[in-house]
Amino acid sequence: MAEDKDNAEAILSVVHKKIGDAFDVFDHEFNKTVDVREIGTIIRSLGCFPSEAELHDIIAEVEEEEPMGYIRFEKFLPAMTLVLMERKFRPIPEDLLLQAFEVLDQHKKGHLEPEELTKYMTQEGEPFTLEEMEEMLSAALDPDKNVIFYKDFVGMMAIEDT
Amino acid sequence: MRAALLIQRWYRQYVARLEMRRRCTWNIFQSIEYAGEQDQIKLYNFFAYLMDHYTPASSERNLISHIFRENDLMRDIEWERYFNYKNIEIPEDYCGPYLTFPLTSSTVTELVEAFRNKQQLHSRYVLQLLGETWKLLRLLPNINHVSTCHTKEITICGDLHGHLEDLLLVFYKNGLPSMETPYVFNGDYVDRGKNSIEILLILFAFLLLYPNDVHLNRGNHEDHIVNLRYGFTKEVLGKYRLHGKKILKLLQKIFSYLPLATVIDQKVLIVHGGISDTFDLKIIAKMDRHRFVSTLKPPKSRRIRHKSKLCDQEPDSEKAGAEDSGSSARSAPLGIRRTCSLISLTHSSSSEGVDRSLLQRRSLQSHDSVEDELQERRHQAGLGASPSRGDGQQSHCSDKDAELTEAVEADAEEWKQIVDLLWSDPMSTNGCMPNEVRGGGCYWGPDVTEEVLNRHNLQLLIRSHECKQEGYEFCHNRKVLTIFSASNYYEEGSNRGAYIRLGPDLVPHLIQYQATRTTRDQTLRQSVGRTERSALRALREQLFAHKSDLISAFQKYDPDNTGWISLKDWAVAMETVLQLALPWRVLRSQLVSSTQDGMLDFHSWFKELAIMEPNKDLAHTNVLETLYKHHSNLETIFRVIDTDNSGFISFEEFRQTWKLLSSHLKMEISDEAIVDLAHSIDFNHDGSIDINEFMEAFRLVDSTHHDMGNSLIGAPS
Repeated sequence: MAEDKDNAEAILSVVHKKIGDAFDVFDHEFNKTVDVREIGTIIRSLGCFPSEAELHDIIAEVEEEEPMGYIRFEKFLPAMTLVLMERKFRPIPEDLLLQAFEVLDQHKKGHLEPEELTKYMTQEGEPFTLEEMEEMLSAALDPDKNVIFYKDFVGMMAIEDT
Repeated sequence: MRAALLIQRWYRQYVARLEMRRRCTWNIFQSIEYAGEQDQIKLYNFFAYLMDHYTPASSERNLISHIFRENDLMRDIEWERYFNYKNIEIPEDYCGPYLTFPLTSSTVTELVEAFRNKQQLHSRYVLQLLGETWKLLRLLPNINHVSTCHTKEITICGDLHGHLEDLLLVFYKNGLPSMETPYVFNGDYVDRGKNSIEILLILFAFLLLYPNDVHLNRGNHEDHIVNLRYGFTKEVLGKYRLHGKKILKLLQKIFSYLPLATVIDQKVLIVHGGISDTFDLKIIAKMDRHRFVSTLKPPKSRRIRHKSKLCDQEPDSEKAGAEDSGSSARSAPLGIRRTCSLISLTHSSSSEGVDRSLLQRRSLQSHDSVEDELQERRHQAGLGASPSRGDGQQSHCSDKDAELTEAVEADAEEWKQIVDLLWSDPMSTNGCMPNEVRGGGCYWGPDVTEEVLNRHNLQLLIRSHECKQEGYEFCHNRKVLTIFSASNYYEEGSNRGAYIRLGPDLVPHLIQYQATRTTRDQTLRQSVGRTERSALRALREQLFAHKSDLISAFQKYDPDNTGWISLKDWAVAMETVLQLALPWRVLRSQLVSSTQDGMLDFHSWFKELAIMEPNKDLAHTNVLETLYKHHSNLETIFRVIDTDNSGFISFEEFRQTWKLLSSHLKMEISDEAIVDLAHSIDFNHDGSIDINEFMEAFRLVDSTHHDMGNSLIGAPS
């Protein structure tokens, strides 16, 4: 029993360290606060895949009573620990992602036109900003054929996983 | 639609991970940069300490005393004679730009074109242009007041740091300065980039051409001591071998005469660094700004003459005539008496005669009290350690001493104002605290912004001083705007530059750019990857430089000498030894390629790391490692010692340099080791050391295996 407790504590300590490290990257003044606009990046860099709506909920939880524009680590740590321990916002398996693309590819061409992808990404779900769209296109577009071979795209991004 | 949502979620996560990497990379560059700045200030304080504590005869002191000596030639006529350009002949084969005075718009436009075509302006014209600039700057007040009447939009640029291509890009996008296109340039024109002198010449030319429409603020890099370290001194001496020294001396004067702030429509304040809770525009408007030749040292005292006499006991005392206030010349023995009358001149409010005998007594007081005052000033300005001032000091003061104390305090106050103005950074939490990261100025919070702006009836503070990824950043409820105009500052692709257009509505409009076409076309992933590799390279250099210390630190965690330590201990050791506030655990995956069960074999890790070796001519020794670690400081000391700016120092001077450095670092290095090193560096065997060659020897050379290199760097983009 004691062993299990030790184990649990050890795991918790590791989780806390991970969260602390990610937080520190954005803590520019070394005073355990980060700009609220960076919270999304921090949460996602810890391996979570929240939607924008889910992100807003977390932010609401960890904000000060009077939103000051920054988030303190003391409030962030417990909330984030819970997120990680409960494995909320699970990663998206590659095959599921592929299926999502296939859904968009109505004529089963094996690729998407940039206009098609743009329409879906900027009008459906939680729409992309123009900037986000441009960046995705620049990464995804095949320069010769001017289409998006989504299977390759997904595969290529997956390699990036360190 | 669910599919779209899924893809969006996934993609945003990917971007966030990239952003994390980018931010880590940024932190690496920035912390190395700020550690360098801190280092510089520490070195400077060390020099000051030496000045105060060594006997006059000591050779170390002699080596560096000249940077404390106030400029010898102060009277205008003497300056003009010194900088006489008329004797300088232009050779027949000169194919650079020509200048005629008074300047015309076509002449200046041609100058810009010439620089775009990589030509160099002849030193004759440089001196002439600088001379004219100085004459103008002397007439300007500390604060430029500008108005946006006649619907003129004003353009405001931030740090340029020698990046000529960025200035040219701004001119291209926005137009050259003119009466229709007024500009404010917010300091830090020089250092780091390769074309600092060209930028200065262009800005000064436009200033002379349109003095009512071009406004220059001073930045913390407009400072000859900072320039010793960050490349401007080197650039000028390299480009102007014959007259570089004169040019630098004239620039020293010019920098001290640059205005400190610009105010637009009484509503928008523009300063280089920032503010503090004690910021007071009235004090800034009133001070003699030219007394602050370098913000790292106390102002030139025109009052307490005898003080500097004590500090600087050279037999050839300064030409004591050296006061810009225009007082008549004075010679050393009469110095004290003259000082009295000077004090009563400058403190005319207290019309009682100063008690001469008291002042004389004061001047005969122990050396220590004078040092204490000097240290106290430095401390008040937020530089250096707290004073060792004993309480005994107080007992010496009496009411009649008040005048002298007042002068010292006023100096300290002004010094603090100017340092805060040029070195401070905003922070997101309330309050105001010393800026320990940079070593000078302070961190100020949104409450301070609110209070200062209200107190002065202002609505916006525009400042620069910090590199921002987008070229600009708002903070403090959009009341503070940071503007940075040097794109690709840390590395190609690291950041954009930006400038501001401000119309009568005083709403800032921001325009961004990036100098190199290739970097604009890169995807986010590619540019992050590239910058990252560069940052990691810089970081690995630091690791190499601290190898012995790191190994000792690791061994502390490995009492059984197994050669393995846990990753947790690794991170702690890295943090302790390197003193760089970096997220080591996050960076670990980039720096350490192979671990087993959370343990690291640190000896092999260093072997892997040592894909970088210094020039093979120098055998790897501990001395070498120390030299490398402190090479920036070493170079600074060299340049200080090399008073004739020849680029060469003698063996003896080298030995003295080394002793200075080791004393600063509180290290012991045997004389023998130094002599050996000096001999091995004397590449031409002619008894003197070429500074540039010496520094070249420390450039780390990427050794053999590219494959090994790649595997540590990470997946290629």
